Amino acid sequence: MIRREGIINTLIFLSLPAVAGAALLLDEPFTITLATRAAILALAAVGLNLALGLGGLVSLGHAAFFGIGGYAMGILASHAQSYVPLIDTWIVIEGTKSMPVIWLVAVIASAFAALAIGALSLRTSGVYFIMITLAFGQMFYYFAISWPAYGGEDGLSIYVRNDFPGLNTLVPIQFFGLVFTILALVLWAMGRLAASPFGLALNAARQNAERVETVGLTPFRLRLVAFVISGAITGLAGALFADLNRFVSPSMFSWQMSGEFIVFIVLGGIGRLFGPVAGACLFVVLEHMLSGVSEFWLIYVGAILLLVVLFARGGLIGTLAGRAVAHD
Amino acid sequence: MTTLLLIEQVLNGLQSGIMLFLMAAGLTLIFGVMGLINLAHGSLYMVGAFAAAAVAGATGSFVLALMASLIAAAAAGAVIEMVVIRRLYDRDHLDQVLATFALILIFSEGTRWVFGSFPLYLDVPAALAGPVTLPGGILYPAYRLLIIVVGLAIAAGLFLLIARTRIGIQIRAGESDREMIGALGVDISRLYTIVFALGAALAGLAGALVGAIQSVQVGMGEPVLILAFVVIVIGGIGSIKGALVGALLVGLTDTLGGVLLPLAFGVFMDASTATAVGSALASMSIYILMAIVLLYRPTGLFGTV
Amino acid sequence: MTDPLLHIEGLSKSFGALKATDDVTLSLKPGEIHALIGPNGAGKSTLIKQVAGALVPDAGTVWLNGRDVTKLPTAARARAGLGRTFQISSLAMEYTVLQNAVLGALGARGSVWRFLGNVMRDKALRGTAERALARVGLMEQALVRTSELSHGQRRLLEVAVALTLEPDVFLMDEPMAGLGADGSRRMTGFLDDLRSRAPILLVEHDMDAVFALADRISVLVYGKIIATGTADEIRANPEVRSAYLGEEIVI
Repeated sequence: MIRREGIINTLIFLSLPAVAGAALLLDEPFTITLATRAAILALAAVGLNLALGLGGLVSLGHAAFFGIGGYAMGILASHAQSYVPLIDTWIVIEGTKSMPVIWLVAVIASAFAALAIGALSLRTSGVYFIMITLAFGQMFYYFAISWPAYGGEDGLSIYVRNDFPGLNTLVPIQFFGLVFTILALVLWAMGRLAASPFGLALNAARQNAERVETVGLTPFRLRLVAFVISGAITGLAGALFADLNRFVSPSMFSWQMSGEFIVFIVLGGIGRLFGPVAGACLFVVLEHMLSGVSEFWLIYVGAILLLVVLFARGGLIGTLAGRAVAHD
Repeated sequence: MTTLLLIEQVLNGLQSGIMLFLMAAGLTLIFGVMGLINLAHGSLYMVGAFAAAAVAGATGSFVLALMASLIAAAAAGAVIEMVVIRRLYDRDHLDQVLATFALILIFSEGTRWVFGSFPLYLDVPAALAGPVTLPGGILYPAYRLLIIVVGLAIAAGLFLLIARTRIGIQIRAGESDREMIGALGVDISRLYTIVFALGAALAGLAGALVGAIQSVQVGMGEPVLILAFVVIVIGGIGSIKGALVGALLVGLTDTLGGVLLPLAFGVFMDASTATAVGSALASMSIYILMAIVLLYRPTGLFGTV
Repeated sequence: MTDPLLHIEGLSKSFGALKATDDVTLSLKPGEIHALIGPNGAGKSTLIKQVAGALVPDAGTVWLNGRDVTKLPTAARARAGLGRTFQISSLAMEYTVLQNAVLGALGARGSVWRFLGNVMRDKALRGTAERALARVGLMEQALVRTSELSHGQRRLLEVAVALTLEPDVFLMDEPMAGLGADGSRRMTGFLDDLRSRAPILLVEHDMDAVFALADRISVLVYGKIIATGTADEIRANPEVRSAYLGEEIVI
C-alpha cells in the first residue's frame, strides 16, 4: 500500500509539469497559468499542512500570511514602479522588482506575523484556537481595506511581473518552472522535516501532548516554531500568487481563502506530504470545469466537500491508495 | 465632539452589540451543549434576512417579515441539524469546521441562485422610520431604539428560559454532563435539534433586524459570524452571560473606536492622515481587545475551563 | 543518612470543600523503593499529579535533587530528573514502539531543534531507545504500532520510555495493573533491580508486589498520610488495619 501511495504521489506531482509542458506544445498559455496557480495554491497549503497535518493545529487564519506575502510583493513592486522610495527619512529604502528580495521580505514579514498570532492563540487550544486564528485573519483583512496608502479596498496593480536573475518571468512556462522548483524544494524540505527530531516531537505533541511533556519537551514551543515556519511558507506562496496575478487585494486576506487552504489539505488527504498538492490540483481543475457548467459552481464544491468529510476521510490519495491515515 | 454625538454613538454601539449577542448566544449554546463549532451560523443569519426581505416584499408587513425570519431560520437550522450536523458531534473540530464550511458554500450559492447577486432591501416600517426624542433632547432613530429594546427583551427571555424552564434545565444539564441527561431519560437528539433550531432562530431574527438597516445580500453573515467568535473568545465559551458582556464590549469598542480614534489622532496630525490612521487602527480595535483578554484570561472573562 | 532525592513538604490541595491532599510530607532516598498505598479515593492520583507537575498545589513544596520545583511545569520537572509512568498509558498511539522510545531519548537529549536529519537514523538516540526496549523485553515489538499493543505491553513501553530519560527519580503509577500474574512477577523483579539506578516512588494496588519490593511504605487515607514505615511496621499498625477494614487485602 505504501508503494502504491508513493506511485500516486509521484504521478500527482509530475502531472503539474506534464500539463504545463503539454500546454506549451499545444500553445495554450492559459493552461500553463492554471498549472502555475495550482502549484502556488499547493505551496500555500503545504505550508498550512505543517501546522495542521503534523502539528494538529486547525488554523483558520492562514490567509493572513498569504496576504502579507502578497502585500510584501505589492508594496515593494509598486514603489519600484513609481520610483518613490518606500522609506525616505534619515534612511532611504527603495522598492524593488527583484523576486528573491521580495520573497525574503515576504517570508520574514509573515514569519513575524505568525510569531505574534501564534504566541497569543497557542495559549489556547481546540475550538478557541480556531476562532482566534480566524479572527486575527479577519483583522488583517479589515486593516488592508481601511489602510488607504496601498489601494485600500481596490488593491494594487503591478504592471510588469517582477524579475528573477536569468529568467524572463513574463513567459508563462518560465514562471511556472520557477514556481514548480520552489514547490519541489519546499516539499523536499517538508519531507525531511517530518522525519527529523523536530518533526517527531511535533507529531507526538499532536497525538499526545502529555507524553511529550513527560519526556521533558514543551508542546507550546514546538507548536509555535511549527506555526512560524508554516506561516512563512504560506507567505512565500502569497508573494508568488500576487506575482502571478500582478495584482494584490484584501481578498487575499479573506477568511474564504483560509477555508480553501484547509479544503485543499482535506481533499488531498490530511497528514500526507502530497495531500495539499493533490487537493489544490483537484480544486483548480474543479474550479475550471465546474465554473464552465454553472455560475454557482461553488455549490458543487460544497456538496463534494461535505461528502468527503462525512464519508471519505482519507481524501483523494487515501481513496486511491485504499488506506486512511488515522487521525484522532 | 459634543456629548450628544457621543451618546448617539454609545447607543449605536449598544445596538450593534445587542445584535451580536443574538448571534453569539446561539453559537455559544450550541458549543456548550453539543460541543460543536458551527461556521454556518452566519448562513442562518442570512437565511433570516432573505426570508424577511422576501415576505416583506410580498406582503408589505414588517411583523410578518420578522416572523418569517424566525421560522425560516429555525426550519433551516432544524433541517441541517438532522441531515448533517448530528453526524458531526462525535467528530473532531477539523471535521466540524470543514462540514460547516461546506454548508456555507451551499447556502451562499443556493441563495444567490434563488435571489440573484443583487442586494435586496428590507424597509424599516413607516411608523418607525423617523427619529424619537430621548431625554436631554437627543434625536435617535426609532427603529434602532426598537432593536435595542427587542434585543434586551430577548436576552432577558433567554436568561429566563435557561434558568426557569424544563428545557433550560436540560440544557444546563447537557452542558455539565452529557451522559447525565441521557440517564435522566431526556431524548438527547430531540434536545439537540431544539437547541440548534433555537440558536438558528436567534441568528435569523438578528439578520432580519439588521437587514433593515443595512442591505440584505449573500455573504452578509460571515463578517458577523467572525465578530460573534470574537465575542465568544472574550466572554468565554458556553457562557450566555459572557456572550452578553462580550457582545456589548465588542459593539461599543467597534463603534466608538471608529469615531473616537480618528478624532484622537486629529489632535496631533492633519485631518486626512488622522482619518486614515485612526480608521485603520479602529478596524483592529476589537481584535486588540480580544488579544488583551487572551493575555490575561485565555479562557475568556466568564469561561470556566 | 543520605539526603532524599525527592522530598515533598506540607503539600495540600483542595477541590472546594474536599481536601484531596492534606499536608502531605514524604521523601525518597537514593536506592529505595517507597510505596504509596491507600484505598480508592484516598487522593493518590491527585498527589502524583502534583509531584509530576500536572497540578499546582495550594500549599507546600516539592524538592527534586535539592531544587524547589513546585512552580515548574511538567516538562521542566522531567528535565530536572523526574521519570514518570502513567496509570492509564499515555503514549503516542500512532507511533511505533520504537518511535515512542526514541521520543524519550530525544527528550533526554533536549536538542529537539534539528529540522533535517532523520531522527530514526540517529545512532545515539536509537541506541538509547533500543537498550531501554530490550530491558523491558519489547525489542520484538519495536516496529509494531503502539495502538496495536496489549495493555500490559503498553505498560512496559511506558517504563521503557521512562528509562530512556535516565531519570534521577522514578514516579510510577500502578505499573503492575493489567500485567497478569506472570507479568507482575517479572515487573517486580525488574523494579527490584531498577532501584539501584534510581529510587522509585511507587503507587501500586498489588499488595504482594508492594510488600515484596518496598523499603518503606506510606499509607494515604482521605488525603492524609496516616503511617510511614517498613513493611513489618505497616502490617502491625492498627490505624492502617482499621483504614483497610472491609477491603479484601491480605496484609
